[in-house]
Amino acid sequence: MSEAAGRTAVNPRRADGLIGRIGLALGPILLAFLTTAVLLAILGRDPVAFYRDILLAGVLRPSGLQDSITRMAPVLLVGAGLIVSFRASLWNLGADGQYLLAVAFVAGVGSRVIGDLPPVLGWVVLAVAAMLIAGAWTFVPALLKARYGLNEIVTTLMMSFIGIAIANVLIKGPLKGDEMVPQTFVYPEGTMLWDLPGTTIHVGVVAALVVVVLVHLVLTRTSLGTRLDVLGANPRAAVHMGIDVPRLIVVAFFLSGALIGLAAASDIMGIFGYVRADWDPGYGLKVVPLVFLAGLNVIAFIPIAAFFGVLSIGGDYATRKADLPSDFILVFIGLLFLFMIVTQYVSARRARGEPVLPAWFRRTLPARDATEGDGG
Amino acid sequence: MTGSNDRIGSSTVGVSTPAVELSGITKAFPGVIANDRISLRALRGEVLCLLGENGAGKSTLMSILSGLYQPDAGSIRIDGREVRIGSPRDGRELGIGMVYQHLSLIPTLTVLENLMLGSNPGIVLDEVRARARLGDLAARLGVHVDADVRVGALSLGQQQHVEIIKALWKDSTVLILDEPTSMLTPQGIEELQKVLLGLKASGLAIIFITHKLHEAIAIGDRVVALRQGRVVGELGPEVLRTGTPHEIQGRIVEVMFGEDPTRGPQIAELREDLAAERSDARTRLEGSPEILRLDGVSAPGARGQHGIEGATFVVREGEVLGVAGVDGNGQRALAEAIAGQRRSSVGTIHLGGEEVTNLSVGARQRLGLRYVTDDRLHEGVVGRYAVGLNFVLKRIGDEPFWRKGTIDRKAIETTARSLITEFDVRTPSPATPIGKLSGGNIQKALLARELSFDPRVVVFHKPTHGLDVKTIAAVRDRIRALAARGVGVIVISTDLDELIDLSDRVAVLFAGRIVGVVENGPQAATRIGELLVGGEAAA
Ligand SMILES: Nc1ncnc2c1ncn2[C@@H]1O[C@H](COP(=O)(O)OP(=O)(O)OP(=O)(O)O)[C@@H](O)[C@H]1O
Ligand SMILES: [Mg+2]
Repeated sequence: MSEAAGRTAVNPRRADGLIGRIGLALGPILLAFLTTAVLLAILGRDPVAFYRDILLAGVLRPSGLQDSITRMAPVLLVGAGLIVSFRASLWNLGADGQYLLAVAFVAGVGSRVIGDLPPVLGWVVLAVAAMLIAGAWTFVPALLKARYGLNEIVTTLMMSFIGIAIANVLIKGPLKGDEMVPQTFVYPEGTMLWDLPGTTIHVGVVAALVVVVLVHLVLTRTSLGTRLDVLGANPRAAVHMGIDVPRLIVVAFFLSGALIGLAAASDIMGIFGYVRADWDPGYGLKVVPLVFLAGLNVIAFIPIAAFFGVLSIGGDYATRKADLPSDFILVFIGLLFLFMIVTQYVSARRARGEPVLPAWFRRTLPARDATEGDGG
Repeated sequence: MTGSNDRIGSSTVGVSTPAVELSGITKAFPGVIANDRISLRALRGEVLCLLGENGAGKSTLMSILSGLYQPDAGSIRIDGREVRIGSPRDGRELGIGMVYQHLSLIPTLTVLENLMLGSNPGIVLDEVRARARLGDLAARLGVHVDADVRVGALSLGQQQHVEIIKALWKDSTVLILDEPTSMLTPQGIEELQKVLLGLKASGLAIIFITHKLHEAIAIGDRVVALRQGRVVGELGPEVLRTGTPHEIQGRIVEVMFGEDPTRGPQIAELREDLAAERSDARTRLEGSPEILRLDGVSAPGARGQHGIEGATFVVREGEVLGVAGVDGNGQRALAEAIAGQRRSSVGTIHLGGEEVTNLSVGARQRLGLRYVTDDRLHEGVVGRYAVGLNFVLKRIGDEPFWRKGTIDRKAIETTARSLITEFDVRTPSPATPIGKLSGGNIQKALLARELSFDPRVVVFHKPTHGLDVKTIAAVRDRIRALAARGVGVIVISTDLDELIDLSDRVAVLFAGRIVGVVENGPQAATRIGELLVGGEAAA
């Protein structure tokens, strides 16, 4: 949807091309910053201090910057996963269940077996397993959609709830370690993903970057990418063109889930080393607006993921310091989504040469006449 | 003329003031000037026919008048008053009703809901009155329209009826119809003409866009021709009312294309000996092998539409089988069953001796089956994709457009350029989104895609709808050439002249059944007409 809006901005007289697109992405961000500032002021906090804290903790302190970069990895992978399905107009909203089931496996099983596996190979095996598990968790919604046309928004959400519950049952039961608290064993010393020399950034981040670039190439260069786009643009055309739509739906969902599973593997093996019950970072819904902000373009999503990394690492610190719940940062993200939709609506209308303001409002303005000579 | 006063609502407007006066209207799109300083007036009590080749700028001009597009320059006067029409809603309030070339109804709403949407500003929708009005307008058009069927389930011809009713829904001063008859049968067109003449007598200004010259002559008081965004000629009543239809058509073609119409049989409508040419079919097809065979094929229809029941026929190599019938009698089900888009519940389909009943759409395509859909916008193309990419959408992943799985944009562009030239698709470039082309040029692109890449059987569903007269002739020549090369051809059309022009035999479809097959020849049109009526009687 945002992609369509991006592509329809073809009127040469309007801000267009790269600049137009950047504007389309930056405009809502600025507006969200401003509105959040007003909110902070109303709550009696100092907006300037708040934003300075975000910047400080998220970028300026070396440890903060490294944390922010590390945080990018899961966001990138989950985002790439969502983009794969969203481009085909398949709304995989079950990322959280897919993620947590993979997490339960990589933490619960991985922590027990990693010591017995050869170093690098162990990571690869666990990562592949995580991808298969999360990918497989999409089968039910995918098949229901492919075979009976059932709405995947409902089914992926439902499967997500079920997946989250199962993950917690596993972590409290069969996958529990021997501590009293409900959590898995911890990865033994030296079995976690290596950090890049001299940093706290693990190699999973590099892997994530490589993977998303590959995903981008698949989406933009290969026949699979074209098929996904055709299905997304017009399902009837997809059938007419001879695309095997049911199969494509299953493949798209599986890839989507697999990338989300890879995010889980990277988080557990790179950062946490274990998981406790009822932990849920809730990436699924937080990342949804961000991928639209990127116009469902994986490369455009990279800076946005970086931005999100800064926002969440810096935001943790800033909200704590301002004595606000850490979820306050979600207010910002919500506003961002809202302004994004408004900006795109306005720019789409402008591109079509339609008046932007509603008729009742225009009538109260003086008639527009020769002064509006921007084109003719 | 006197009846017009109550519509004008202002006694200061004289009878001679044009209902619509466009002056110097200019509109540019990227890479093309669609309207170049066009001036035009439409009078009350007059039908103005707007003609011109595909891409001439007709739809753009009318969309400016209806408020859908904003002109870059120029002014619009309605009843002598200069106005700015910011949106289709503004247009409606000024009394401008429009039937768009590409249907603009909302497919998920019912017919009644669609009609009430555009008209009722209040919160309480007066359903009873709306039903009555629908019944009344449908009766005037001589059609039956089910108020409670979802629009998406209707055939395109039926949707066109609803679209026309929608434009008539609110009393308007100016009624614009952009190719309203492209999907209608000859009877449907006749009824519409009667309605329009009635409206004209009551003082409306009517602007009628068509590619069918005889329609322009039958109902037009004036003809204005556009070419490449400019007005290139005008013919008044004195020309349109004198001479034989054939001569008048010649004159119109002359102003439209700026050349002598007698050079060669380029214009289908100007040819007279249509049936005779095909009557050698029996000898020509003798012993020609079967290429497509349907045995007792039944397939369900979408809700509110006929499926097909027990369709049985054979198409031979080199044969053109026409399928006649009123739109919505199972045409789509038949075409989709052959193409594989709709699974047949009973019966078998063979393609060149091989059974394909259970093969997918893609597998049938690989065996050389092509289907030119009648729903070019919603099914035939992906509007926001480049013209070039649309040419290869049925060959995704195939060499040479994809090499080792990755797309070769050069190869696609090269092919696109040659198809664009060969089929005279008017587009600024192969990279232009295909949805930006004029209706007729989208159709040309669609045909280009299906006619290339060596087909064995081609099913055409309304192949020439929306094409200008010259292009129609060219496309029909191509269809004949295709058959001459040994391809099996099915042409489904509501246009009897087209079927007579092209077919060796014509099957008549009524209520999902083939009620008869007629050999083309001198009496064919009469026989087909009888079968259509007979089918109606039998049902
Ligand atoms: N929305 C648009 N964006 C870009 N170009 C457009 C758009 N609409 C029309 N055009 C271009 O303007 C020109 C005129 O198109 P228009 O649809 O007015 O032609 P037309 O006379 O109605 O043709 P047809 O008989 O095929 O319907 C074409 O070259 C077309 O490509
Ligand atoms: Mg047009």
